[in-house]
Amino acid sequence: MRIELIQPFINATDAVLAEMLPGPATINDVSMDEEVYRRKGVAASVAIRGDIEGRVIFDLESETALRVAQVLAGGEIEPTEQLARETLCELANIIVGNAVTLLNDQGHSFKVFPPSIHTDETGYAGGPDSEALVMCFETPSGKVYLNISLDYSHQRAYSAAESLG
Amino acid sequence: MQDFDSLVRRKDGLPLQYLIVDDSVFARRNLQRIISMFGGVMVGEAGDGRAAIEAYGRLLPDLVLMDVTMPDMEGIEAAENIINQHPDARIVMVSSVAYQENVSEALRKGALYFVQKPPKPEILYDVIKSVLGQDAVAASATKEKNDSHEN
Repeated sequence: MRIELIQPFINATDAVLAEMLPGPATINDVSMDEEVYRRKGVAASVAIRGDIEGRVIFDLESETALRVAQVLAGGEIEPTEQLARETLCELANIIVGNAVTLLNDQGHSFKVFPPSIHTDETGYAGGPDSEALVMCFETPSGKVYLNISLDYSHQRAYSAAESLG
Repeated sequence: MQDFDSLVRRKDGLPLQYLIVDDSVFARRNLQRIISMFGGVMVGEAGDGRAAIEAYGRLLPDLVLMDVTMPDMEGIEAAENIINQHPDARIVMVSSVAYQENVSEALRKGALYFVQKPPKPEILYDVIKSVLGQDAVAASATKEKNDSHEN
């Protein structure tokens, strides 16, 4: 996994959370994860295919998702689970959109798929080429987890071939 | 929250009418909330490009706020279609995916501006004022003008 691919997503998450949620967002608990991903609450996943391949997951504990939904809706409505899912998808859409804007202007070509809500308890299948960076953004509304697994597509093919021996 | 002078139509002093197009309900509510800060009203909404074309023809709003990535028909194609049928249509793209190629294509197809998400109210306000030009006026300016006439 390359830092130049990950950095735009970290920057975009930081900037968008700071812009959309009141108060500062700080990063803590950065780790590499080779295990199967298990969601912590409400999770939205965005798939990326092309020169760069992988996925980005945004994961919020259920109470945090409801609080974020209420804040982003202007505090005027009672948040529901459906609104929380909608909000998370739009948040993921905005963050990934901002990040891929940067990567595209650097010459990378790829397709970004619309966010999908991840509902399985068991998580995504892992593998030798699916190492993920996991970061926790602490916001006044609660913790937002960012889980990124991205690489150049030829790099993934090479890693997969290598693992097969 | 920042206060904005209400933007109204110069021809009749009525609030500006908006069509909001985005496949995310949350995004539509958010834009509706922002335009209400400018004194505008959402007269219609659509979740994809095809529905936007139909809604535009039926409602003829003062301004369209249009997302790019949507199911069925994407925003840039819908904008082009609306402009072909209604050359005076005013369309502002509002999308998180603002890379150069996307922005250029949207402007080439007839959109007047491209605002990157998350939309900042102060930026959107200036964009709307700029796009509507002489056809919109800040309510305070109308009031000042009326006051000076009365004096």
